[in-house]
Amino acid sequence: MSSLNLTLRVWRQKGANGEGKFVDYRLNDVSTDSSFLEMIDLLNNDLESKGEEPIAFDHDCREGICGACSMFINGQPHGPERGTTACQLHMRSFEDGATIVIEPWRARPFPVIKDLVVDRSAFDRIIAAGGYISAKTGSAPDANAIPIAKQDADLAMDAATCIGCGACVAACKNASAMLFVSAKVSQFALLPQGRVERATRVRNMIDQMDTEGFGNCTNTGACEAECPKEISLANIARLNREWIRSNFVLG
Amino acid sequence: MILDSKAPTGPIEKSWDDHRFNLKLVNPANKRKYSIIVVGTGLAGASAAATLAELGYHVKSFCIQDSPRRAHSIAAQGGVNAAKNYPNDGDSVYRLFYDTVKGGDYRAREANVYRLAQVSNNIIDQCVAQGVPFAREYSGMLANRSFGGAQVSRTFYAKGQTGQQLLLGAYSALMRQVHEGRVDLYPRTEMLDVVVEDGKARGIITRDVVTGKVESHAGHAVCLATGGYSNAFFLSTNAMACNVTAAYRAYKRGAFFANPCFTQIHPTCIPVAGEHQSKLTLMSESLRNDGRVWVPKERGDKRRPTSIPEGERDYYLERRYPSFGNLVPRDVASRAAKAVCDEGRGVGHSGLAVYLDFADAIKRDGRAAIEARYGNLFHMYAKITGEDPYSTPMRIFPAPHYTMGGLWVDYNLMSTIPGLFVLGEANFSDHGANRLGASALMQGLADGYFVIPYTIGPYLDSLARDNDMGLNPDAAAFKTTQKEATDRITKMMNINGKQTVDDFHKKLGRIMWDNCGMSREAEGLKGAIEQIPKLREEFWNDVSVTGTPGEFNQVLEKAGRVADFLEFGELMCRDALTREESCGGHFREEHQTEENEARRDDENFTHVAAWEHKGDDQEPTRHQEALEFEYVKLTQRSYK
Ligand SMILES: Cc1cc2nc3c(=O)[nH]c(=O)nc-3n(C[C@H](O)[C@H](O)[C@H](O)COP(=O)(O)OP(=O)(O)OC[C@H]3O[C@@H](n4cnc5c(N)ncnc54)[C@H](O)[C@@H]3O)c2cc1C
Ligand code: SF4
Ligand code: FES
Repeated sequence: MSSLNLTLRVWRQKGANGEGKFVDYRLNDVSTDSSFLEMIDLLNNDLESKGEEPIAFDHDCREGICGACSMFINGQPHGPERGTTACQLHMRSFEDGATIVIEPWRARPFPVIKDLVVDRSAFDRIIAAGGYISAKTGSAPDANAIPIAKQDADLAMDAATCIGCGACVAACKNASAMLFVSAKVSQFALLPQGRVERATRVRNMIDQMDTEGFGNCTNTGACEAECPKEISLANIARLNREWIRSNFVLG
Repeated sequence: MILDSKAPTGPIEKSWDDHRFNLKLVNPANKRKYSIIVVGTGLAGASAAATLAELGYHVKSFCIQDSPRRAHSIAAQGGVNAAKNYPNDGDSVYRLFYDTVKGGDYRAREANVYRLAQVSNNIIDQCVAQGVPFAREYSGMLANRSFGGAQVSRTFYAKGQTGQQLLLGAYSALMRQVHEGRVDLYPRTEMLDVVVEDGKARGIITRDVVTGKVESHAGHAVCLATGGYSNAFFLSTNAMACNVTAAYRAYKRGAFFANPCFTQIHPTCIPVAGEHQSKLTLMSESLRNDGRVWVPKERGDKRRPTSIPEGERDYYLERRYPSFGNLVPRDVASRAAKAVCDEGRGVGHSGLAVYLDFADAIKRDGRAAIEARYGNLFHMYAKITGEDPYSTPMRIFPAPHYTMGGLWVDYNLMSTIPGLFVLGEANFSDHGANRLGASALMQGLADGYFVIPYTIGPYLDSLARDNDMGLNPDAAAFKTTQKEATDRITKMMNINGKQTVDDFHKKLGRIMWDNCGMSREAEGLKGAIEQIPKLREEFWNDVSVTGTPGEFNQVLEKAGRVADFLEFGELMCRDALTREESCGGHFREEHQTEENEARRDDENFTHVAAWEHKGDDQEPTRHQEALEFEYVKLTQRSYK
């Protein structure tokens, strides 16, 4: 185990309406075994013991699964490592003496609440608009009544691993939410249970996405490159097919 | 006070059906007149809120995270049990019931466990209908794997992300009801207290964590699905926001707390790497399907694991427990790991770890098969440790993981405060002194989808019959409880001390781990009961809570939770001290067999200990609910 001395350039913003600015902090003796968030903990503990306000950031599971952590690290959502959330990033990926720039998601539909914390409730509203199968509790047939080809089940699972973190939106120059929406639409389109409502689902979710002010998809692929769960662009192609299909079905 | 479990009598196979038949139903047209508060959006809370709303009740749903989808349940890895017997390997509702009672070391209520086993199959049906992409065979049928404490394959899974997929299913059902206008959603909202008036739960006090606004919410019933309290140990596998506040506040308002010392230390977690550590990461129990646990035979053997020849390794689980081998229950596996480390045979730089080795499985099934089964776990391990588990064995060590103890509830999931129901990990009901793997997800969803929707009926119906339907958030009880919550915040903000909230949390964690962790003895527990109040006093004199109360303030949030842990930890130790036996996860040094296995005392301790709060300066009272075993015979558990 070795340790690093770092300079952190962190975005500080009092509240939603406050002006934000970068503030520099020196932080010494950071263990290379610690995670990126544990590195921020160390800084925060220092600040708190001096009576200064620590840096606010969202986090919970610290295992890359809840999707809470959300920050730009040196200009990349979740930092430099592919397929890795900020909480899973470890300090052994950084050099001694480095300056690390940390900022919140920057996208209009995700307004800043404080420092690195943003409001992602737009994603919940998109799901509420149609991201489900309307199966009332108790109404289900036996789980093995409908066999599902393993290949489809596996593809559905790949799409379903989206953690709703919003990195795709933050990475996109148009702040498009297409990768997020396509992951949910694909999961259900691939499963027989999901096909009944497929036309209204894609229609309603896309409508809500537009209402929330997310931009259009211009196929730059930045979302896929930055997605910590490596959700594939193939899902966006599937979403487009579902959308075209819904126009035939619903007119 | 006599604790009436309301558990039905008569043949156990029929008891849930009979009970349901006898429960008062609420007329569909009347359901909409009831407003139900559900705190928590994990598996238990989200499934309850969605189902109650589907039935027509009006629901208010609260959670701390920015979205209900991020509740701690999201992190569950390995799977969910059900008695489907799809593999045709001899499983049945009765066997799942039997395994769970035995796995819990005979400290759970038989009727509850039987019901759990019965509804387990409905859960899988429900989840598949919602689009949960469980793993499948090439035939298109659902796949199963094995978990500890069972000799059948009854665990359904979605890679190593089962909790995520089940929670997203429940979350989507919840969001559908939000869209329908039947659920009002309050994310980023923390419950600070429960409001009790005329002996009934009338609502809750909350703090909006974005604006800091403290508010009252009234409801006809309150359901707590607020999860477990493993974070009392500071380092645990639980998410950072997991806390005891909701349950503990309810305890202080009159709800009994059952078996607080029953905590589960999970055998397979990534060991502590250093002082910076903020939490521990679980490596799912499912890995024990293919991984073999071992340490060197010689003490202090510092060779690399791959250079230690087969003959110089001790596969101690396979040696000590030939019939269950690596799949013994968690409490047994954890203690065995501690034992070999205590002997000086632990590995890694701290000597506090054992190996979990996949070399044989990779040789047998190929790397691709292992990757398909556990890819995300191996990836997580590599990220955290910087080592490649495909080529060198994982290092693992036990860590606090789950809490079997919780608020006492009767068969209807109602606490000792009428109108206050408790679901999921927050209650104590089904796992006795040790929970088997893949049974928490099952219990959370059972409580939320299939139990509470019925068992809440009689209480709601009684309100109508007693002409007690008014909702009054301006009532005196709300005013005083809200004021107490605000005063507490003000007090905390005004301390302006020198030590951080985490400093205190770490100190408490140390005390708890050393004295009330994997093994406990009277002296240590007594010491802890003396130390904790001192630490608490220090906290209230020297903690530094920065910022202001009327804004987004994560330090203040944490401070409130740690303050409650600082009281609750003492209760855990008290419970551990008075339970003069070893059972399940509760291991008392004084009570063990010659072979160092746990020695139960069925004569004196076949009961639930339920604690009643008597005031801040007084010792709590310990009540007992006797447990009767009509179906599963009490025997010394053996996995040999
Ligand atoms: C890493 C890990 C892996 C696991 N794997 C498995 C597994 O494979 N199989 C299995 O069966 N079990 C597993 N478990 C256990 C299982 O995940 C949990 O027991 C279960 O998910 C708990 O669900 P719950 O709904 O009771 O509570 P939680 O999911 O913990 O949800 C609690 C909810 O309450 C809210 N809340 C808490 N306090 C307050 C408050 N004061 N105010 C407002 N809201 C509040 C939270 O915001 C959250 O929404 C695992 C646990 C861990 C830690
Ligand atoms: S698609 Fe990827 S980047 Fe976008 S929300 Fe899901 S996990 Fe995050
Ligand atoms: S904190 Fe949960 S994904 Fe990073």
